[in-house]
Amino acid sequence: MIRIWQIAYKNLLRKKVRSILTITGIALSAWVLVSLLGFNKGYENALNRDIDSMGYQVLVAAKGCPYEAATLMLKGGTGLRYMDEGISRDILKYSEVKEVTPMVMQAVFDPNKGESGGISAYLGVDPKTFPGMKGYFQFQQGKWFTDPNAAEAVMGYEAAELEQREVGDKILIPEKNVELAVVGVLKRTGTQDDGTIFVPFRTVQRIFNVTGKLTAIGVQVDKNARIAEVEQKMYDLPDVQVVSLAQVKQTIISLVATARVMVFSIAVIAVLIAMVGVVNTILMSVFERFQEIGILKSMGALPGDVFRLIWIETFILCLLGGIAGNALALGLVRVTDILIRRLLPYSPTGSLVMIDLPLASIAMAAIIGVGLLAGLYPAWKAARIRPIESIRSQEA
Amino acid sequence: MNDTGIAINAEGISKIYHRGSEIITALDGISLRIRKGEFVAFIGPSGSGKTTLLNILGCLDNPTAGSLAISGTGVFGEGTRLGEGDLTKIRRRHFGYIFQNFYLLPTLTVLENVTVPFSFYRRGNAVTDIPALLASLGIERRMNHLPGQLSGGEMQRVAIARALVNRPEILLADEPTGNLDSKRSRDIGEVLGSLNRDQGITIIMVTHNAELAALAGRQIELKDGRI
Repeated sequence: MIRIWQIAYKNLLRKKVRSILTITGIALSAWVLVSLLGFNKGYENALNRDIDSMGYQVLVAAKGCPYEAATLMLKGGTGLRYMDEGISRDILKYSEVKEVTPMVMQAVFDPNKGESGGISAYLGVDPKTFPGMKGYFQFQQGKWFTDPNAAEAVMGYEAAELEQREVGDKILIPEKNVELAVVGVLKRTGTQDDGTIFVPFRTVQRIFNVTGKLTAIGVQVDKNARIAEVEQKMYDLPDVQVVSLAQVKQTIISLVATARVMVFSIAVIAVLIAMVGVVNTILMSVFERFQEIGILKSMGALPGDVFRLIWIETFILCLLGGIAGNALALGLVRVTDILIRRLLPYSPTGSLVMIDLPLASIAMAAIIGVGLLAGLYPAWKAARIRPIESIRSQEA
Repeated sequence: MNDTGIAINAEGISKIYHRGSEIITALDGISLRIRKGEFVAFIGPSGSGKTTLLNILGCLDNPTAGSLAISGTGVFGEGTRLGEGDLTKIRRRHFGYIFQNFYLLPTLTVLENVTVPFSFYRRGNAVTDIPALLASLGIERRMNHLPGQLSGGEMQRVAIARALVNRPEILLADEPTGNLDSKRSRDIGEVLGSLNRDQGITIIMVTHNAELAALAGRQIELKDGRI
């Protein structure tokens, strides 16, 4: 005996091309939806991962000093402010603080950089504490310098590419006429560290004549301590600004919110277009089978039976489209990642799109739910067909 | 006449259509009784009201006036118009239908087509041995074929089998041989005749085919909506 869902399934086989096109439309909208939900989940995870891997949760910088290399470059390497090195020792005394890493940033104009010259950023770091905090750094060549006074440098991936340097080469700091030996080249991180040249901080202080001065201090807080309380204590230090990475994260998330809304709108529009396709397909199929549906009623089908039959057809289309869309989203996760990165003002490292079973199930339920809503009208229309009307149309 | 032997009792059935300002009287006060086990053929020229009468007797349509009882149970009466759901329930209990155009589902096999009514409703005494039913109609070897692989006569046999699976008391046939050549028309006529003779099924048939009509025990001629 044939079941009602088998009749529904076989009905869809009558116009294979039409059914496949409708399923394709649903699949594409499901792909967009799954990828968007995956992005919502993946982006925040990636951001958290990036911030956690910075090693420090709070950055203390001299008041008014740009604390990011990108800002420094935008300012043409000017506007640096300094704080006394002793502050880092003061901060380390706080019971909640696990470790501090002093940093001194410098930037000079390099006439040989690029076509018309550019800014080269040097970040003086402490070889004892900084590598431990940047545990996720991986070396393409060489390793970290160990002597805080060595005339050595570790180059970020892009900096090394741009300057065409390898381990064993020398780099010249323009204006200062000081040469540094390259002892390490990092692998790509996807962050601003890629364009940075890391130098022992005592060396930077000496070369740039800022002995005893720092531009920033990275502060690693104990896992059990409350970051907000530590920050509050540091606000009391003279002439420093406290940058909480939690705040930075919040700022980035709000910057990305616009892009998220845009992608979400695209997903909603895609789903709506797909559902218009579903209504069109099912409605056309109902009109084409006008007489047949009337005959089914003469065989004993109640209006509810016909409604169910048409609704099951809609369900099958949405189910197959949803499965195909999920498969597409999983298969093309890398492509989606690249496309989304182009839209965003800032992208953390690692995968931005994270698709798992609960997420795929939610997307599937959404597609089927909206699909069944879209199928209500055609199903209702079919349920209302009277056998006598279809028989009369046969006579005509 | 004893009412228990009456399959259909129609009194003063009229059907009036309005087409714009025009009033068309398709049936004009028809009264007739059909006994259980009878084979009746409605004959007459096109537009005489044969199919309209068949549709009303088969509870596919409401009359404008008149009353109708099926196996002693009143269906339509004074001022009563049944909804689609109620009409379906009556149809399920009493009728099987066959049409000129067969209306088999093209993507289902013969066996699946025949059992389609079971997807919606199954009477307690419904046929359980479908292959035997198909064999009785001479199409058992076509069981797994699609309608597109059958001849017109075979398709109509499948449609008859589908109409019989719920063991209806009354089989309504609207021009069952209208799309068939004369040889296949005779075959279908023989099938209907044997269903009536051997199984006692009441058959009401609309036809233009005089040879087929001659198989019926009673011919009722309609003209301008009257008998």
